[in-house]
Amino acid sequence: MEWNELLLIVFKALLVLSVVMSLAAYAVLAERKVAAWVQGRVGPNRTQIPLLGGIPIIGTFLTRLGVFQPAADGLKFLFKEEPTPGHVNKFYYLLAPMIAFIPAMTTMTVLPFGQYVNEAGEVQPLVLANLDIGILFILAVSSLGVYGIVLGGWASNSKFPFLGGIRASAQMISYELSLGLSLLPVFLWFGGSLNLFNIVQGQTDLLFGFLPQWTILFQPLSALIFLVALFAETNRLPFDMPESETDLVAGYNTEYGAFKFGLYFVGEYTHIIIGSGVFVALFLGGWNLPWVTLPAGLFGTVLSVLIFVIKMLALVFVFMWVRWTLPRFRYDQVMTLGWRWLLPLAVANLVFYAIIIAVIEQF
Amino acid sequence: MAVKEVSIGDITARNSEAEAEFKGDQMVINMGPSHPATHGVLRLKVELNGETVTKCEPVVGYLHRGDEKIAENMTYNQFIPYTDRLDYLGPIHNNVTFALAVEKLIGIELPPRCQAIRLICCELARLQSHLLGCGVYGMDTGALTVFMYTFTEREKLYTLMEQLTGARFTTSYTRIGGLARDIPEGWLGNVLKVINEMEPVVDEIDKLLSRNKIFYDRTVGVGVLSKEDAIAYGLTGPNLRASGVAMDLRKDEPYLGYEQYDFDVPIGTNGDCYDRWLVRLEEIRQSIRILRQAIDKMPDGPWYAEDAKKIFAPRKDKIMTSMEELIQNFMLVTEGPQVPAGEVYFEAENPKGALGFYIVSKGGGVPYRMKIRSPSFCNLSALPKMCLGHMVADLPVILGSLDFVLGECDR
Repeated sequence: MEWNELLLIVFKALLVLSVVMSLAAYAVLAERKVAAWVQGRVGPNRTQIPLLGGIPIIGTFLTRLGVFQPAADGLKFLFKEEPTPGHVNKFYYLLAPMIAFIPAMTTMTVLPFGQYVNEAGEVQPLVLANLDIGILFILAVSSLGVYGIVLGGWASNSKFPFLGGIRASAQMISYELSLGLSLLPVFLWFGGSLNLFNIVQGQTDLLFGFLPQWTILFQPLSALIFLVALFAETNRLPFDMPESETDLVAGYNTEYGAFKFGLYFVGEYTHIIIGSGVFVALFLGGWNLPWVTLPAGLFGTVLSVLIFVIKMLALVFVFMWVRWTLPRFRYDQVMTLGWRWLLPLAVANLVFYAIIIAVIEQF
Repeated sequence: MAVKEVSIGDITARNSEAEAEFKGDQMVINMGPSHPATHGVLRLKVELNGETVTKCEPVVGYLHRGDEKIAENMTYNQFIPYTDRLDYLGPIHNNVTFALAVEKLIGIELPPRCQAIRLICCELARLQSHLLGCGVYGMDTGALTVFMYTFTEREKLYTLMEQLTGARFTTSYTRIGGLARDIPEGWLGNVLKVINEMEPVVDEIDKLLSRNKIFYDRTVGVGVLSKEDAIAYGLTGPNLRASGVAMDLRKDEPYLGYEQYDFDVPIGTNGDCYDRWLVRLEEIRQSIRILRQAIDKMPDGPWYAEDAKKIFAPRKDKIMTSMEELIQNFMLVTEGPQVPAGEVYFEAENPKGALGFYIVSKGGGVPYRMKIRSPSFCNLSALPKMCLGHMVADLPVILGSLDFVLGECDR
């Protein structure tokens, strides 16, 4: 490998990392603003950076929008005292937030977020690593995130985090099954390819000349099961058992403070963003727009990235919308839903599409 | 004088008890006194088998201030601010109940306008309390937005209270034999405006939660209390009515002229958390109905008992011009309202249940002994029975559905 190729990969990695990190930071802001919007409040509107906030109209506008809030939140996590309770198992206690954070960051390497069409008409993906087993990699790595939560609950050596950790392990393992099974029909649909880029490319064309070939239109049940399982995997309400704040105080992260808590926090939002990205790539046609062919060259690339990000953020909004609308399940109800409804449904869904696809291939 | 031995228990036995906590199958967790679910400073000692509650012991008293003893050291009017701090979610109703109890002991009749104003205050307090109860209950099941919706409405009620009494939270509005002041100009119109705005919000909350499958699953069949148990534990208020007992002091022993108003008393059938939610929601609607009628036929006339010379302080303009009134005012301020010797028990339908005052007087302006029967304390006593066999996550829901206030429970 040439050194300049290596440099390019490092540059791309840094770029994507910073974009995802700032997206996660602004997702926190968006969460607060959406919550405020849903609840008829104003939300964060005071934070400002001295010089920037002082600019007559724009500064005030940005301050009202709360644009500087993520900086303040992040700095607060950094500058706070780092307390480590005396009763914890120190090694695992410090390790747990990192384990929660790193898989969330790693999964994004195989997520394609745009395309580049060169003059010859060849399409290249914008992705850090275009793995043929892309989605398997995502499933494998993101499921490691549960160890961060379980370990955090366990190492805290305290009763409420302990309960949170136990809930997290049971819940995430149960929903992992439905998550995986709901994806199988999608792969069958696209000729057995596990490569996310190929799946997005497969959704480009129109069926019968007018129907966009988005997977969600052909496999709505798979999409639904995947979305529900995604909510459970990212510990979002109505599935936020591990940190249900009304009974477990703060669940697995009760004993965490300062930046260690910040890692959990950012990890959770990164999970949501990556999860939304995967959902967009698999079910919502990725960067494709129906009835529109993206132009070749750099302009088309920028456009494709924009379309992808907008779709992704729309889905992130759905996550927030649901959180501020629905009540929370009880632990046993989550289990019942996972094992007695989602799993049989996912299996039936798989069998149904397997038969359909076999029949289609026959003719 | 006999010396009484006080046992502090066997130290070794206590130590082995503490050790048993780590050895058995059960996990003991302490919820509270500072825990987001316990609505104040309630402490629950919960024994868990996995996630199932096998024993739940509420520990109360963290907010004990000795209100009953304090009452013995001050005049009746001076105690009114203390009643604010009983059920601090609908403080003005406590003022009214206390004043009614003392007036029952004195045996004075209030003019109709005073009664109507007090009734409006009572129903506003019920709205305040139930809105918070429903909102916090929504929060306990995880629906945070409902809490904000009800709080927005409560905020308007606080503004009404501020217009009426000058204070938003600690109202201290009633006096023995009357009120602190008449209602301000245009206040009734404001009340009408606020309750008109409140009705759609209540409907919205109803639509958002009552038919929500998750909420339904979380609350139906949880924390069931049978009719017999509810009576045996001495439950009152919405919690008792949710168990299917049609007992409402406003209907059964009308005070403040409640008999002139047209309203229904909602009762539940199963006595579970869902029924308690529905009963509270319906009571909000009924309170709004009562308020409409009360505003419609607000009578004119004096707003305090004019002939009760040794009870209610004369007006300021008369104090400055008339000798007799000046002396009367001086006596009232220094010695308190002159209450005859005797004892009385009076209870009224507070938002949380029947709040009762038992007052023993030996004459004069200070009670000899006072006992407060607080509905929250009695309602909370049923908690150990209701929690058994449910999961940890049900605890906040049951607590929220009981809708108690520790300020009143601990007194």
